[in-house]
Amino acid sequence: MQLFLSSIGILLKGTETTVELTVASIFLGTAIAVFIALGQVYGNIWIKIAATIYERTIRSIPILIIMFIIFFGFPSMGIRFAPFVAAVLALGLRSSAYQSQIFRGALLAVSKGQVLAARSLGMTESQVFFHVTFPQAIRFSIAPLTNEFTIVLKDTSIAYALGVTELLREGTYIVSTTYEPLLIYSMCAAIYFIITFGTNKFVSVVEKRFSIPGYEVRGVERA
Amino acid sequence: MKRIFLISLISLLLISSFGLATTYIVGTSADFPPFEYVQNGKYVGFDMELISAVAKTEGFNVEIRDMSFDSLIPALRSGVIDIAVAGMTITKDREKVVDFSDPYWFADQDVIVNKDSKYTVTVLFGNHKIGVQTGTTGDLWVSDNLLKPGFIKQNNLKRYQSFIYSLQALLNGAVDAVVLDSPVAERFAQMRPVKIVATLVTGESYGMAVKKGNSKLVAQINDGLKKLKDSGEMSKLIDKYFGK
Repeated sequence: MQLFLSSIGILLKGTETTVELTVASIFLGTAIAVFIALGQVYGNIWIKIAATIYERTIRSIPILIIMFIIFFGFPSMGIRFAPFVAAVLALGLRSSAYQSQIFRGALLAVSKGQVLAARSLGMTESQVFFHVTFPQAIRFSIAPLTNEFTIVLKDTSIAYALGVTELLREGTYIVSTTYEPLLIYSMCAAIYFIITFGTNKFVSVVEKRFSIPGYEVRGVERA
Repeated sequence: MKRIFLISLISLLLISSFGLATTYIVGTSADFPPFEYVQNGKYVGFDMELISAVAKTEGFNVEIRDMSFDSLIPALRSGVIDIAVAGMTITKDREKVVDFSDPYWFADQDVIVNKDSKYTVTVLFGNHKIGVQTGTTGDLWVSDNLLKPGFIKQNNLKRYQSFIYSLQALLNGAVDAVVLDSPVAERFAQMRPVKIVATLVTGESYGMAVKKGNSKLVAQINDGLKKLKDSGEMSKLIDKYFGK
């Protein structure tokens, strides 16, 4: 019990870093992903190819290798990052590839029939995008984005390989001097669980709040 | 007027930066007590105090950066850190990629078993499971002296990522004995129901590692270590962390 009390403060300090890593990586990921997704859906053939190559390449490299290339590989070309920045870049780039697929799927999920109907009413292409496609696509992407958030949250534990002292690393410090792996790692697990569970609850409230009453997705044959 | 002010400011900065001591970034893996660990949010341990003392005698500053043990050598090579101080044993393989200082610590390997078991040093021979930490001298010793001559079977040697996991495996009964660096084993034996049944005198030496070819820094470290030994400060540190 005493160990629990003395450890919780240290672990919460690590949790702060973990949350910072997660939020920064998700935002970086979203910023890149929006362009990749738009490129893949609306771009001309070359933009489509470039966006797809980026997305496929990043998605097929393990996160640890992306981190090592950025942190240990780039300095030999004269590009140096602090451990935290390198970890955010790696997690953000990786997340951007996955998020781009969430956005792409959400954009394509808006039925073609609606787009055609809007066009026939005389709306321009950009009006169709901002008034018809985008408001629906953003709602479609909320649920998968939460999933992506939890994945990034858990992957931040890998950042300790670069020397970012996040939750799991703080836990390891305590274990290596107290020899209590069961208690300490269970506490780490509980903290990850609380963050994930809390976020999911929060997002499902948001989702309900912004849902369109009476709306259902109905398939319309693609013209 | 503005320009004169700017010039004087720049020259002041230049002078002060020459006057100030250089700061070297020291990489470690702070999960290896009593050599390096974290206490009240600070990096402490024998290695940490030693490098600070060396820095003080040689007139440079150090900044500690923690990372996983496996990352230390890549970090040295890419220049992310300048010195690795992490209870690192000087081996031929490592010497190919980094330069080591003179040895500052000689470690032996302890054989640890559960307190209530009847095992003695003979646990190392026969059909018993032996736990080690991957890539450590304990691992090398068991591989070279037990595995290769055929005293134990390949799947009786269990390698773990950290010494903590190998000792937890011992407490859980997953292995019968663990071979581990002496000071680390002794600290654990004081806190948990395990006993040391034998010490293997391997005399491996710990060194501080720097990027290959950085002979100036190696010379500085060696000089600092020598001064600390001569002044008796080294023995004080040893008493502090390893005194019985």
